[in-house]
Amino acid sequence: MRNDIGTIITNERIAAGTYEMVLQMPQNQEVRQAFGQVRPGQFINLKLEGHYLRRPISICDWDEETQVLSIIYKVVGTGTETMSRMSHGEALDLLWPLGNGYDLSETGTGFHPLLIGGGAGVPPMFGLCRRLIREGAVSPTVILGFRRAEDAFYRDRFEELGARLILMTEDGSMGSKGFVTDAMKALEKEEGREYCDGFFACGPEAMLRAVDQAAPEGIPGYMSFEERMGCGFGACMGCSCKTRYGNKRICKDGPVLERREIIW
Amino acid sequence: MVKGAAEQAADLRTSLCGIQLDNPVLAASGTFGYGREFAELYDINILGSFSFKGTTPEPRFGNPTPRIADCSQGMLNSVGLQNPGVDAVVREELPALAKVFRKKVMANVCGGSPEDYALVAEKLEHCDQVGWLEVNISCPNVKSGGMAFGTDPRAAAEVIAAVRKVTKKPVIAKLSPNVTDITEIARACEAAGADGLTAINTLLGMRIDLKSRRPVLAREMGGFSGPAVFPVALRCVWQICRAVDIPVVGCGGISTARDVLEMMMAGASAVQVGSQNLVDPYACRDIIEALPAAMERYGIRSLQELADR
Repeated sequence: MRNDIGTIITNERIAAGTYEMVLQMPQNQEVRQAFGQVRPGQFINLKLEGHYLRRPISICDWDEETQVLSIIYKVVGTGTETMSRMSHGEALDLLWPLGNGYDLSETGTGFHPLLIGGGAGVPPMFGLCRRLIREGAVSPTVILGFRRAEDAFYRDRFEELGARLILMTEDGSMGSKGFVTDAMKALEKEEGREYCDGFFACGPEAMLRAVDQAAPEGIPGYMSFEERMGCGFGACMGCSCKTRYGNKRICKDGPVLERREIIW
Repeated sequence: MVKGAAEQAADLRTSLCGIQLDNPVLAASGTFGYGREFAELYDINILGSFSFKGTTPEPRFGNPTPRIADCSQGMLNSVGLQNPGVDAVVREELPALAKVFRKKVMANVCGGSPEDYALVAEKLEHCDQVGWLEVNISCPNVKSGGMAFGTDPRAAAEVIAAVRKVTKKPVIAKLSPNVTDITEIARACEAAGADGLTAINTLLGMRIDLKSRRPVLAREMGGFSGPAVFPVALRCVWQICRAVDIPVVGCGGISTARDVLEMMMAGASAVQVGSQNLVDPYACRDIIEALPAAMERYGIRSLQELADR
């Protein structure tokens, strides 16, 4: 974990109530090294003017070369509202990178991953998708779920990466009508149970649970969970959950849990 | 190397219940775990000491989540004493701590009955690393024990007496501000054999989510802490110091070196930094580093002298 000051390059609305913030991190050797160790699914914890506790936001994407990282957030409360009003050149105090991130030890050449993002859970899927492709995974299948067309973002960005993209909206105003699990069922029907070798998901807990149930048994599945956090680095025990392998802290031992350890 | 005048002049040393402290800054229980997370960030030997996570006879998960809420200049928690139980602390946490921390640590002791507290104290009695037992009779987040003891002078005395009986280590009672007269509880603890007092634990508070119209915390209420409570903590320390003859550890909302000096001017022998560790993991280190300059600015040469006054 590092404590650095990031400078906002851009902070733009990309969908209904949804913003993309790009941060320039300090350009020095230590920060460069830290970038080399970032894992998809990790998060940053932001100090905001007028708020006591920091705000945890998952990392969407990052670039070791330019030492830039991006986050995407939805305005849901006063903290994210404050963030949405910030602009180019403003500085943010952040702790990063936090959490365990997605386990990529079982992926690699020939691995066919399924990525599932729901709403505000889509961002970490982007950085993950880019890294999976770079490490030789077979073109990832990406299912994105949004409520309506106005909520959707990053469709083209995923397609540019070369992912096979399936877009679902609850009202059918973009892509196909239905939930992400409807797309999973359709894939299994068309391609059989071997339509993927493992899955990575981020989204509301109800979605994660449905995804776990819909996914083929026996394949690895990694899901990122949300909880109200105190510190974000494992000290306060605010965000604990029970798993089959004992109590875990969402902020430090998570936010990514493997399907076999989760107690729904 | 020639040191600056401020560094030469400032003497940060003080003592607590007969144990020397390099400086008066301790991290408060529940905000520093058993030291591991912070030892990865900086050398925690720069601390005066720290009070480890409230420890019970058996492992506890604590309360359902959400159990954290943000507030203006503070926060609520309803963690509810999640800890691995005293046996795991003795077996795993203390040996791990010994590798990164060579000073005496303060053990925060909790339970649901006086017997529980005594049991935890007994199991820690032969751990040389443990310098003080901080008896938590003020946690607002547990059904039995905790604050129920710390809001009644007779019950508070009963717990302190039970711990006193099984230990030779200094016994420090951690008091709740959720009472009409905190000096009454302080005096009862002193009479029951406490060697010191920590004031204060969190204030009972709550938040409501405007969208759901329901309390933010699953347990509805929780303990309020952070810079907002500093004036309340300071007032309690001031009152207690004029009511008892045992040393007081000032705790509540401390986030700067100036707060430390203010607390010690109110009568505290040492201080604890709590919530600030959670938003700024380097808070204790930064406060300790800022103390010499703050002391010089206000003409304080020695913190021990300030505490003795």
